[in-house]
Amino acid sequence: MTEASEALLLARTQFGLNIAFHILFPAINIALAWFLVYFRVRHLRSGDPQWLATYKLWVRIFALTFAMGVVSGVTMSFQFGTNWPGYMLKVGNIAGPLLAYEVLTAFFLEATFLGVMLFGMDRVSPRVHLLATVMVGAGTALSAFWILALNSWMQTPAGHGYDAGQLIAEDWLQVIFNPSFPYRLVHMLLASGLTAAFLVAGLSAWRLLRAPQDAGAARTLRSGAFVAALLAPLQIAAGDLHGLNTLEHQPAKIAAVEAIWHTHKGVPLVLFAIPDDARRRNDFAIEVPKLASLVLRHDAEAELQGLDRFAPDHPPVAPLFFAFRGMVAVGMLMLALAWTGACFLRKRAAVLPRPLLWGFAGFTFSGWIATLCGWLVTEIGRQPWLVTGILRTADAAGGVRAASLGASLTGYVLVYGVMLLAYMVVITHIAGEGAKA
Amino acid sequence: MTLDLPLVFALLMGVAILAYVVLDGYDLGVGMLMPGASAAEQDVMVASIGPFWDANETWLVLGVGILLVAFPAAHGWILGALYLPVAGMLIGLMLRGVAFEFRVKAEGWHRELWNWLFWFGSFVASFAQGFMLGRYLTAFQPGWAYFLFALLAGAALCGGYVLLGATWLVLRTEGELQRKARAWARWGLGWVALGVALVSLATPLVSEAVREKWFAWPRILYMSALPLATLAAWLWVWRSLDRSDGKPFAGTVAIFALAFAGLAYSVFPYVVLGGMTIWQAAAHPSALMIVLVGTAIVLPVLVGYTAFAYRVFRGKVRAERYEH
Repeated sequence: MTEASEALLLARTQFGLNIAFHILFPAINIALAWFLVYFRVRHLRSGDPQWLATYKLWVRIFALTFAMGVVSGVTMSFQFGTNWPGYMLKVGNIAGPLLAYEVLTAFFLEATFLGVMLFGMDRVSPRVHLLATVMVGAGTALSAFWILALNSWMQTPAGHGYDAGQLIAEDWLQVIFNPSFPYRLVHMLLASGLTAAFLVAGLSAWRLLRAPQDAGAARTLRSGAFVAALLAPLQIAAGDLHGLNTLEHQPAKIAAVEAIWHTHKGVPLVLFAIPDDARRRNDFAIEVPKLASLVLRHDAEAELQGLDRFAPDHPPVAPLFFAFRGMVAVGMLMLALAWTGACFLRKRAAVLPRPLLWGFAGFTFSGWIATLCGWLVTEIGRQPWLVTGILRTADAAGGVRAASLGASLTGYVLVYGVMLLAYMVVITHIAGEGAKA
Repeated sequence: MTLDLPLVFALLMGVAILAYVVLDGYDLGVGMLMPGASAAEQDVMVASIGPFWDANETWLVLGVGILLVAFPAAHGWILGALYLPVAGMLIGLMLRGVAFEFRVKAEGWHRELWNWLFWFGSFVASFAQGFMLGRYLTAFQPGWAYFLFALLAGAALCGGYVLLGATWLVLRTEGELQRKARAWARWGLGWVALGVALVSLATPLVSEAVREKWFAWPRILYMSALPLATLAAWLWVWRSLDRSDGKPFAGTVAIFALAFAGLAYSVFPYVVLGGMTIWQAAAHPSALMIVLVGTAIVLPVLVGYTAFAYRVFRGKVRAERYEH
């Protein structure tokens, strides 16, 4: 490998590791904030101290998750420049303002009110404290709005033009509300809802396995399971629409996801295969005839564009193929578990049978797996472009030496590994102890 | 007359960086002072910064964000040149940030470990920031003398943050801890005097452009007001340290603001010293304008709710936690 390609690989690995690590925590907190609002409102309405104890338990988990998100997010703001200097040089006039709006409208809002929310309970009135909790939730949602606007613009750029060779925004509304943005935003918000719902249900189930009489944990299990049962089918519908939108705007990504090498009519759906990127074919394929055409075009005989149309500018097939199937498989299991749990909880009010409790406990972090698989599909699916049709990933990498990248990558891997392990142990421990009234 | 957008953004970036240095400076300083306190005092110290550190660190994101948005060419240059110290600072900030949460949730030797990481992270982040400042002021030139200068700047900034942290504790605590904090502040003050003097003398020595700006006749006459004012602020802190709760912190902020003004004067109009001016590095006016409009709307609101948060937590710290 040459020094340059080695540096590119390390830069991508490091940045990919960082965003993958970072997304775990917002994926929980964007929605967990609204669970907190719900617990707080229930307490204010009923005056029941059990709801307050529940709120305090989940605030601890929220605070820890928030700290993890902040420190990995600060790192990202630097890595934009250190790992991808060519990115800001080329599209800085679009990416810069979107990031600036995220910092100004979202980061300060959530960080400042987080202080009031965590430490101010006996210093402000209950109403103001509830308002602070809502503001934290609003901040996390706004943050998702801006960063997904930018990410979607990189996928499906719109509203830009050129002034003396510089790429600039001509219509900010078109830049923000670019073709894939509404779909990606809804898909991600629902993903966060499911991730948080399974976390709440899973950790509550873990507590109930140890202390079956814990009424607070039984209540939060209900909250989590019902939210999950409601959101899972919505997410499948949203994901389908998102996929059709991708077919329209990034057909190469879909061709790679479905491992369609050649353009033809009546395309089968590949259930399983081992795509061979070097020889451009599938090995050991299990296919359902004409189903891909039917799903994607709603016509069994329709023609689908294969990867031959886009070669050599298309993403690698194997990672997309497997990541997409991983996401769908985990999503289906989540749907099945959520509905089973919700049915039991509707019929027999109080408790779930132990196998189901184990099921929920085992699925505590299932949202992470589905979310990460989804982002792998989205991000690898954009390759070889960093900004579709505008900037190639290879052209955005900087002059940082491979040795420096390697050294810092080692540091990040160690620190992230310790942090992630400590995080999972601590929140499981907190939940296992249960709420203290 | 048209608005000089790069100049406006240079000012904004200066404000954001100064706000970061003062705000995160006091909580990094408190973190570095942790080994000198008892376990109970450590809890009070952490409680004094707990509600604020998240928002304080956000000023760093805003500062580097403005560099990224307004001066993209300089952003890549500077952060590329400072790659390893930036990585060191980030790892330090990470350890410090999560240690806030882990130290109260862990038990036994785990708790000791996170306390130690809290101190270590604060120290590494502070030292790395000073080191970066040193490299930046000498335009990233290679050579052991420049490297030594950067190490010196790293140590000086640690001293400055310790002073900020100690005077913050004087303001926010009482009793035995406050007495300790006054003694720490004395040490910090000595360290700062040494650091500021050395950096002020060394900067003109290593950079001819800086020498020219300060010592050309008759400019030296009115520019000497800045070091004199810094000296006055220093003396004010020294004298008020045993008598007042609030003045030492206010005086320390003044020292930082004056020292920062001096550095900004040395560097202006360059964003990379001797390499790139703010006008050469600036993004397209359309991008700058849209951010300026947003800033003008959001900044007053931001300052408003930040003031609200500091009002909520005014007065002496009780050793309170959100979990009890």
